[in-house]
Amino acid sequence: MTEITARKTGNALGRRVGLLFTALWMGIAVLSPNTARAIAPDQLKALGEDDYDAKAAVVEQLADDGDATAERVLKALHDDTLFALPDGSLAVQVGDAYHDPLTDQAVQVKADDLSQVSLSNVLRARVAAALAGLQLRSADPGVRSRAVDALFSRPDPTVRKYVEAARQKETDSRLKGRLDQLWAMTALQDPDPQHRLEAVQLIGDRGDPQLRSILRPLATMDNASGDDVKVRDAAQAALHKLDRAQFLADMAGTAFTGLSLGSVLLLAALGLAITYGLIGVINMAHGEFLLIGAYTTYVVQNLFRAYCPGAFDFYPVVAVPAAFLLTALAGLVLERTLIRWLYGRPLETLLATFGISLLLMQAARTVFGAQNVQVENPSWMQGGISVLPSLILPYNRLVILAFAFAVVGVTSLILNRTRLGLYIRAVTQNRRMAACTGIVTWKIDAYAFAFGAGVAGLGGCALSQIGNVGPDLGQTYIIDSFMAVVLGGVGQLSGTIFGAMGLGLISKVLEPFWGAVLAKIFVLIFIILFIQKRPQGLFALKGRSVEA
Amino acid sequence: MEAVETTVKGVVAPRPVRPWGWLLWGVGVVALYALILICTLALPANHPLHLSVYLMTLIGKIMCYAIVALALNLVWGYTGILSLGHGLFFTLGGYAMGMYLMRSIGLDGVYHSPLPDFMVFLDWKALPWFWQGTDHFLYALLLVVLVPGLLAWIFGFFAFRSRVRGVYLSIMTQALTFAAMLLFYRNETGFGGNNGFTDFKRILGFPITAPGTRTVLFLATLTVLLLSLLASRFIVRSRLGQVLTAIRDGESRLTFLGYNPLGYKLFIWTFSAVLCGIAGALYVPQVGIINPNEMSPANSIEMAIWVAVGGRGTLFGPILGAVCVNAAKSYLTASFSSSWLYFLGAIFVLVPIFLPRGLVGLLQRRRK
Repeated sequence: MTEITARKTGNALGRRVGLLFTALWMGIAVLSPNTARAIAPDQLKALGEDDYDAKAAVVEQLADDGDATAERVLKALHDDTLFALPDGSLAVQVGDAYHDPLTDQAVQVKADDLSQVSLSNVLRARVAAALAGLQLRSADPGVRSRAVDALFSRPDPTVRKYVEAARQKETDSRLKGRLDQLWAMTALQDPDPQHRLEAVQLIGDRGDPQLRSILRPLATMDNASGDDVKVRDAAQAALHKLDRAQFLADMAGTAFTGLSLGSVLLLAALGLAITYGLIGVINMAHGEFLLIGAYTTYVVQNLFRAYCPGAFDFYPVVAVPAAFLLTALAGLVLERTLIRWLYGRPLETLLATFGISLLLMQAARTVFGAQNVQVENPSWMQGGISVLPSLILPYNRLVILAFAFAVVGVTSLILNRTRLGLYIRAVTQNRRMAACTGIVTWKIDAYAFAFGAGVAGLGGCALSQIGNVGPDLGQTYIIDSFMAVVLGGVGQLSGTIFGAMGLGLISKVLEPFWGAVLAKIFVLIFIILFIQKRPQGLFALKGRSVEA
Repeated sequence: MEAVETTVKGVVAPRPVRPWGWLLWGVGVVALYALILICTLALPANHPLHLSVYLMTLIGKIMCYAIVALALNLVWGYTGILSLGHGLFFTLGGYAMGMYLMRSIGLDGVYHSPLPDFMVFLDWKALPWFWQGTDHFLYALLLVVLVPGLLAWIFGFFAFRSRVRGVYLSIMTQALTFAAMLLFYRNETGFGGNNGFTDFKRILGFPITAPGTRTVLFLATLTVLLLSLLASRFIVRSRLGQVLTAIRDGESRLTFLGYNPLGYKLFIWTFSAVLCGIAGALYVPQVGIINPNEMSPANSIEMAIWVAVGGRGTLFGPILGAVCVNAAKSYLTASFSSSWLYFLGAIFVLVPIFLPRGLVGLLQRRRK
């Protein structure tokens, strides 16, 4: 202090009085932060000088004031638009003009006279905190919510008094909860053990597992005594609670990602369950049918964007049937031109359809390029539901999950409740007898294959919403889909559902321990061992044929 | 189902022994070896008949593929088991040989460390246990045979025991090689991650790029190819071969006749895998690189098309198929790179429909 007064002669006395006053005032302010008082113009002058302690005091007082002037000055400080004039007064740059911070009136200044008010890093952080604290008092809940967000990123003890004040006043229950948490985060190092205890309990009750790291030092405090023991015990209890919350969130998260992967596999495998499981045609180009569905979605999306951007959110309404029809058509063509010549020669069908897969993949590369293309979610599929603080379920995954079951439901209805389904079942069970009853079996073969292909197209349409669409899309899923069908057992849709969901869950449960690759290898070994026990898969059709 | 494979010609009936025929073959082979030696080492580099190292690598590679095709033909053409995972056995043999070649680089690597370069790069301090002893050539050869053989035996035992067959089995083998590929792509597995092994310097002390060494490797490959052909011929014409063909044409019927197919299938399956492993071991020193991409399912399924193009269930067909398809591949990828996949796709589609018995079947039909 003596140094400062020696250097600065001007209005040292006034400033000293001001500081004293500020210090006194701060004491009151903590207790009654709402009794705002306008800052005196003289006090502001400290900002233009070189004493950082004095500047800090002014910032504190401005934050406590919380009136329009204070906000103007703090904002200017924050944005580096506050300038000092030689006479000690201040000016805020607003565009090309300069305003008096107290009156917000334009003032005439010479640009050469101005010197920018400088801040240290510590002070800059305080200004930011003070500004956020000020915004906490805003009447607009949106502004308040943003201020809380800003404070969450650096909950240092200096902002605590603002948080505390805001916490008392907040009426919005959601915001109040977050303020409570914010307050607790800042109060953990409070000298008053009562406050610390309250903060620890608050954090425990909020159940956000991400806060475990700040509780840990308290819970493992060595040689605690007196009130500290209570705090430590409370911290341990809270930590325990949070651990359980984390465990539950992890479990739920794993279950969800597993089901989500399962639903993706299910969509990919369902078409296969029809063509391979029911009709017995091995189709290695199945993955490329997914590809056709995905690229159809991409094209439909582009058309919507180009010709009616207003209805972009509804492009799936067109994309889903388009994907089905186009892929079914491709399936029909493939069956008529190639596969019908190879009935009864499964291994050669495998090779020929693999050739089709190569051709389609290369065609996709030629037409759409080797790079992945972007398929954008409609806006209602973006975002997610936050079930727990650390568990967010994305909407697109939820939609796919529901879509998968819807497709399974419709497929099973078609197979079990329509004439086409009846014919398909008849032909697959006993071709000659079906022919005798007047079913045109070659037509049924073609329809069934086209239907299976169309379902694959639906799968591709769904996959485009959650992953990359590129020429290799089909290859990513083909082996897993076959595994799902093999695990579930051919001939029944329910087997495929359980196979796909089971595979998805097993993979996701194992992944955290072993990593994705080893989990995949384990799943394969599991399937090989599983078919030792049940060679026909989970759900076997009962029959007496040796060749079945 | 009965009509499945009957289009393929059955077992060749045993013919009377003709010693002169064997002698003729022997003389032909010796002449071939002499010719190769002259073309590679005796003739000057600018002579039109000189066999350059580039051409030797290409032909050597194709001969390795021909061995694979022969091996695959034994299981698919004669026994009716279509494997889509033979690339795995091929690559495993290659990796076993590659381990020896990596070790014999010695201190000449980029980091001048006794450890292979990729281990230094990963900051490993000592050799993992499965690398122990790989600096001995004979042990490496043992691994070349044992690793693919053991894996094939274990997989085959479980698969054949539970009577997994047909397309089911093909899919399982494909998944097997896919899983192995993922495993080998990881750095932590200890086989160089996606870069695999390369930059070999010498084999048995001889510089690996020298024309003399390459000639020996080339002749060794040719020898193994001829021996594989002989072995195939022997197996196919033996009683074992007849049982194998019976498994292909009517496994259930064979079972009802009192045979247990498990042992037969397991033998031919393991033998075929070992043959593939040896082919891989010959492939690596000639081509100079091995990486997990060789295990990709597409590679294995391509092997099946060599056999299909040549004519499965025939002795020479697989060799013919491997040579034709790979020659076409070398030519097309060099001149029109993107057309190769269209061409390959077209072969896959057209051969099963128009050439169900392959080129050999076509030639036989012409002769008749």
